[in-house]
Amino acid sequence: MNEVHPILEVEALVKCYASRRGAGHSGRANAVDGVSLSIAPATTLALVGESGSGKSTLAFCVACLEKPTSGRIWWNGLEVSLLTEKDLRPNRSRVQMIFQDPASAMNPRWTASQIVAEPLVIQNQLTRRDQFEHAQLLLERVGLPASAGARRLAEFSGGQRQRIAIARALALGSKLLILDEALSALDCSVQAQIANLLLDLQESSGISLLFITHDLVMAAHLADQVAVMDRGRIVEAGTADEVIRHPEHEQTRMLLAASSGLGRVTPESRDA
Amino acid sequence: MRYIFNRLVHAFFLLVGVSFLSFLFTTMAPGNYFDEMSLNPQISPETVAALRTQYGVDRPVLVRYGRWVASIAHGDLGFSFAYGSPAAPLLWARARNTLLLTSVATILTWLIALPLGIWSAENRGRLPDIAVTSATGLLLVIPDLLLALGLLLLAVRTGWFPTGGMVSVGFETLSSIGKMRDAILHMALPVTVLVLSALPILVRHVRAAMSEVLGAGYLRAAQAHGISRRTLLYRYALPAASHPLISLFGFSVGTLLSGSLIVEVVMSWPGLGPLLLEAILARDLYVVIGGVMLSTVFLVAGNLIADLILYWVDPRIRVA
Repeated sequence: MNEVHPILEVEALVKCYASRRGAGHSGRANAVDGVSLSIAPATTLALVGESGSGKSTLAFCVACLEKPTSGRIWWNGLEVSLLTEKDLRPNRSRVQMIFQDPASAMNPRWTASQIVAEPLVIQNQLTRRDQFEHAQLLLERVGLPASAGARRLAEFSGGQRQRIAIARALALGSKLLILDEALSALDCSVQAQIANLLLDLQESSGISLLFITHDLVMAAHLADQVAVMDRGRIVEAGTADEVIRHPEHEQTRMLLAASSGLGRVTPESRDA
Repeated sequence: MRYIFNRLVHAFFLLVGVSFLSFLFTTMAPGNYFDEMSLNPQISPETVAALRTQYGVDRPVLVRYGRWVASIAHGDLGFSFAYGSPAAPLLWARARNTLLLTSVATILTWLIALPLGIWSAENRGRLPDIAVTSATGLLLVIPDLLLALGLLLLAVRTGWFPTGGMVSVGFETLSSIGKMRDAILHMALPVTVLVLSALPILVRHVRAAMSEVLGAGYLRAAQAHGISRRTLLYRYALPAASHPLISLFGFSVGTLLSGSLIVEVVMSWPGLGPLLLEAILARDLYVVIGGVMLSTVFLVAGNLIADLILYWVDPRIRVA
């Protein structure tokens, strides 16, 4: 029997930072406090929470950019939480991350095609010429004109920069993209365009998304599954429809009320 | 090109200004070489007066400045009263020794400071960082004079190192390996003092510049692409952090002639330091001015070099 692994599986993940000597706090604060989740191939899980709820910390742990205090992480069946940094390196192509601020997540002195080809250069894949050809194709795939490759980052708008970031994340053929508030810095119409681009990519190449946001309505629009995070724990999870129609937890109602909602806010959440 | 030209013109006027001011101040200082000489009962007042006229020390300042500038054109840099010869060859012979000492020390300092600062920044807040920061902090509060004296004491007590000079008596008779060994042993202590006194500041600057850059999102992204630690630190982060470091490098080059004067005096290194100290005590005017001018040329040149490197590595400066 050939078992199909989830693209991502997380079990009892804990991340705590040693808290600074400060007012009243003793001991340690858990940024992520025992989170388990899993993402099936070609689906999207939205992780929703206020700022400070630990969702970004979770994202960095899942992407193996932070070392979790305890817990296990599998990328497509490979238990990456056991690997050393060195053994992890060739496997990093399985999961890529897209950050909130595309301007700082890419080297401003480089051209778009240099940026997009960078993961291939780092992983030493393809010849130099093919790397740049591949970058060119990726830029077109995320809806940028063919001439974009030669321009430097400063010449692009915020939305275009995020497209370049997506193209870069696709370069290694990852099966999972982690988007850490990737749309938050963009204005509404651009948000919708990028969201549609992500849905198109998912349909055409079957990638999974871990979509991290504070915007519950946006999350429900994009995701199959929604998990709500509060103070390091997942307090509510379910299909997007369930969560948005029948919010159980108070935190969920609050997020719903605060959401950029397009008239989908329920009456009871308004009172919360 | 225009930028380079502007910088050169700027540097030229700076040198003219410094030369005039140092000339003015040294001549305004009370006493001169011949006043000292006239206190010597073995020299007749007539001789002193004749020398005064010969060297033109009683002429107006501007005239003397003009003559001095003219002597630069001959490559003389004025005349040393004490040595009875043009100042330039004197200064140059000593400056070479100073440069030998300081360039070795500067190269060593950078070779140590870069990895140490990077290592410290990489482990920010953890044990290696705390160790490096405390060690540099300790070095920072120890005056280099004290360091020099401490090392001299060590040399005297143990006899492992010579206590002064550049080479031993009988250097000429040694084999080439023996010569090398002798030169290194003589250089070891002054170089150590210079490295230890310059190191803490440099390490801290490297650490600060690197810590700032290491938080950058694109380094996180590169890490997510599976970059190796060494490539990340040295090929990505270091160039991005290089701005303040290049300026500091210019400063390092600039202080090659002036940074070691005291250490040279204390450790009897036959460089510019002892020469200038003697010249100041003897009111040997032109040697002092010449020393100041040489140091200034280096300082200006160092900054110029830093500016040019910055111009070359960063396209943003070219636009501005």
